[in-house]
Amino acid sequence: MTTEAAMTISPKNRKPEVMRITEWSGNHHPENLQALQDKITETNTSTAIAIRALNFYYGTARALVDISLDIPKNEITAFIGPSGCGKSTLLRCINRLNDLIEGARVEGRIEVQGQDIYSPSVDVINLRKNIGMVFQKSNPFPKSIYENVAYGPRIAGVRKRTELNEIVERSLRSAALWDEVKDRLNASALGLSGGQQQRLCIARAIAVQPQIILMDEPCSALDPIATAKIEELMLELKKNYTIVIVTHNMQQAARVSEYTAFLWLGKLIEYDHTNKIFTNPAKKLTEDYITGRFG
Amino acid sequence: MLSNFKHSAPKGATTNKMQSFWKSGNAFIWLTGVAAVIGLLMIGGLIVLILRNGLGIFWPDRIEELTLKDGSKVLGEIWNREEIPQAAQPTSRVRMKIGNRDFYGLDFRWINEADIEARRYPDSVFVLERQAWGNFFGYAIALSQSGQTIAKGSRQIAAALPKHLAQAGRLLKQINHLEKKVIGDINYDIEQHRLAIKGLNLRTHDLDRSSQIQEIEMAIAALQDEYNRHEDHLEHLREQGNTYQLTIQTVDGQTKTISLLEIVRAFQPNQMSWRDRAGLYLSRTWEFLTSEPREANMEGGVFPAIFGTVMMVLLMSLAVVPFGVLTAIYMREYAKQGPLVRAVRIAVNNLAGVPSIVFGIFGLGFFIYTIGGTIDKLFYPEALPAPTYGTGGILWASLTLALLTVPVVIVTTEEGLAAVPRAMREASLALGATKFETIWRVLLPTASPAILTGLILAMARAAGEVAPLMITGVVKLAPSLPLDGHFPYLHLERKFMHLGFHIYDVGFQSPNVEASLPMVYATTLLLIVIVLTLNLSAILLRNQLRRRFSAGQL
Repeated sequence: MTTEAAMTISPKNRKPEVMRITEWSGNHHPENLQALQDKITETNTSTAIAIRALNFYYGTARALVDISLDIPKNEITAFIGPSGCGKSTLLRCINRLNDLIEGARVEGRIEVQGQDIYSPSVDVINLRKNIGMVFQKSNPFPKSIYENVAYGPRIAGVRKRTELNEIVERSLRSAALWDEVKDRLNASALGLSGGQQQRLCIARAIAVQPQIILMDEPCSALDPIATAKIEELMLELKKNYTIVIVTHNMQQAARVSEYTAFLWLGKLIEYDHTNKIFTNPAKKLTEDYITGRFG
Repeated sequence: MLSNFKHSAPKGATTNKMQSFWKSGNAFIWLTGVAAVIGLLMIGGLIVLILRNGLGIFWPDRIEELTLKDGSKVLGEIWNREEIPQAAQPTSRVRMKIGNRDFYGLDFRWINEADIEARRYPDSVFVLERQAWGNFFGYAIALSQSGQTIAKGSRQIAAALPKHLAQAGRLLKQINHLEKKVIGDINYDIEQHRLAIKGLNLRTHDLDRSSQIQEIEMAIAALQDEYNRHEDHLEHLREQGNTYQLTIQTVDGQTKTISLLEIVRAFQPNQMSWRDRAGLYLSRTWEFLTSEPREANMEGGVFPAIFGTVMMVLLMSLAVVPFGVLTAIYMREYAKQGPLVRAVRIAVNNLAGVPSIVFGIFGLGFFIYTIGGTIDKLFYPEALPAPTYGTGGILWASLTLALLTVPVVIVTTEEGLAAVPRAMREASLALGATKFETIWRVLLPTASPAILTGLILAMARAAGEVAPLMITGVVKLAPSLPLDGHFPYLHLERKFMHLGFHIYDVGFQSPNVEASLPMVYATTLLLIVIVLTLNLSAILLRNQLRRRFSAGQL
């Protein structure tokens, strides 16, 4: 099993800065480690999430193999790959939602803003407040539209009605849903259409003002028009948020993302600018997948 | 073409048709249909039987006078008629309710139709519903005031009686108020003071307790004076009521003079129009629902039993929902799913199959003797050896029933929690909610229809349960309701009456089972109506919640 070196994206006009490197777990060969360190040294402050030598196990089955990659700030990064390749698992490692699965085990390191999120001192609840998530199937709570958006802020301790109203309006506006629902905020969220529900879930996620938004195939259950709306919204949101999206739809990855990671059987095969992945992939496997020869 | 399909079995098979008949499943469809129809018929028959017998009993029937061949006369309501089996000539007999328990000792009499000479419906017949001795069927001879006759003959009496009966009714109300409320309150206060003295003697050792005791004794003396005054007043009222007397005569000539205070209702059924009958029907039904029983529960109303039943079911609900829901949350959300939790789950399911009387015994041993006994020792030592909580009461009965029904609530709540989509939990957790917040704000509201389903099943079972109540606090006749005007208003230690037990008591334990049968039907009907009402309200609430929290996509 070969270790993939961390593939670091260097945005233009970067200011090289030395990033502190601490010890990681994982089984690396010294030379690979060195290469990795070199790469990371080039990393600048605009890295939002740094994944290092990540292994993930469901019981004894290894779902992710030595994944290392840097996700840049305020950009959209897409994970693509065939079903079961581990892209959703990788996404769920970032907000530690995999903790809930019995028998799941993580090796390696994920740094969000320089802090290892798997270190024992990390407060998972706080972490999740900083990392919003949108799921494959829209999953609004069986509450009113207003209560859905206000759920996160309420949990976070916002009690004042005026403040809540403001947050709800701002979040719904950001999710481009306000004009459609402003007259029926107290109606059940379950009465919205699929696309509206998904945008409501996005509004709910950004109501707690996270830094990062994880999207797990957010458009797979939507029609093309609703999909277009969500994509438009994502491009708008990336000004303020770092977005990581898992998608089955390669056109979608090509349309919205700046960077694309291709995973296959739990391994990171290639990670680069989306343009490069789709026009001139470095690996044969990537090319085969992109051109539809398998997957 | 089609026939080819029909007979696709291999040629030469002799049982071909038979086989295909069985395979087609037509016989099975019939079997399932018949099973369903039999079930429906039994339920329908039960409802019709109870409705017919339960609704009819308050309707005033006409009174028939039979002249027998031996010259004697019989007066009463005809109840039923049956063929005499194996008689030489086809003939039948009728069963008459003859009432007048004080004259005849029996309520019913069988008469062979062959012995009847003549039948008629005399207009002047009076029916008197009385406080004691049951109904009187007969004639009114005279109405007197302090020995002076003021009305004679049925017409005059019928004209004068309503006014005087209304007056007697008002007096009776006053008397009842004095007896039950005023004197009852004084007795209650005196008892409290006595207990206070006992308590002082038990607890205090210093000398000034004697002055305190003296104070209380003075209060008791004052109360005793008041009691005597009310007693005198009561005596006076009774005398006033007894000035009016009615002389009545049975059909065979026996006479008796009774006070108007003894008469609950007087009417002449053979003269009544439909409207009068309907009015009487409603007034009797109202009496049944709102007043207390008399004549060893065989007559009067069942209000204390209605109150006891509803209150017990509500108390049980208050206990069973939190207990069951908390248990279910632990088992489904917090406990590590493994052999132990599975074993507990099986045990809980089996608990639902334990005979209810076993729960009754457990309630007696655990709640009443252990917990109740301890409460008495700690908080009510002055009343001992007479127990306060250490004896059956509505609280212990409700808790016993809560134990009996908690498995249902646990099972349905667990199913409800399990049915909440995983995506909903993850959505909440991904927003930074803790597990507790997720349970409290998302899972419980979403599972609330399932919780209410559990409560409905629990209430249905609890309202119909009698056996465990008989050893945990139900009585034939409770002196006071568990809710009244005395501080602290809610008396959970009190014994109570229950419709289910009432049915058993009236139907099997009363001095005259035959005569009280209509009461049994009416009470049964009422119990069913109450259970249905409780369930229906819970179902409506659940449907409303379901609309709000339906987890499915619209």
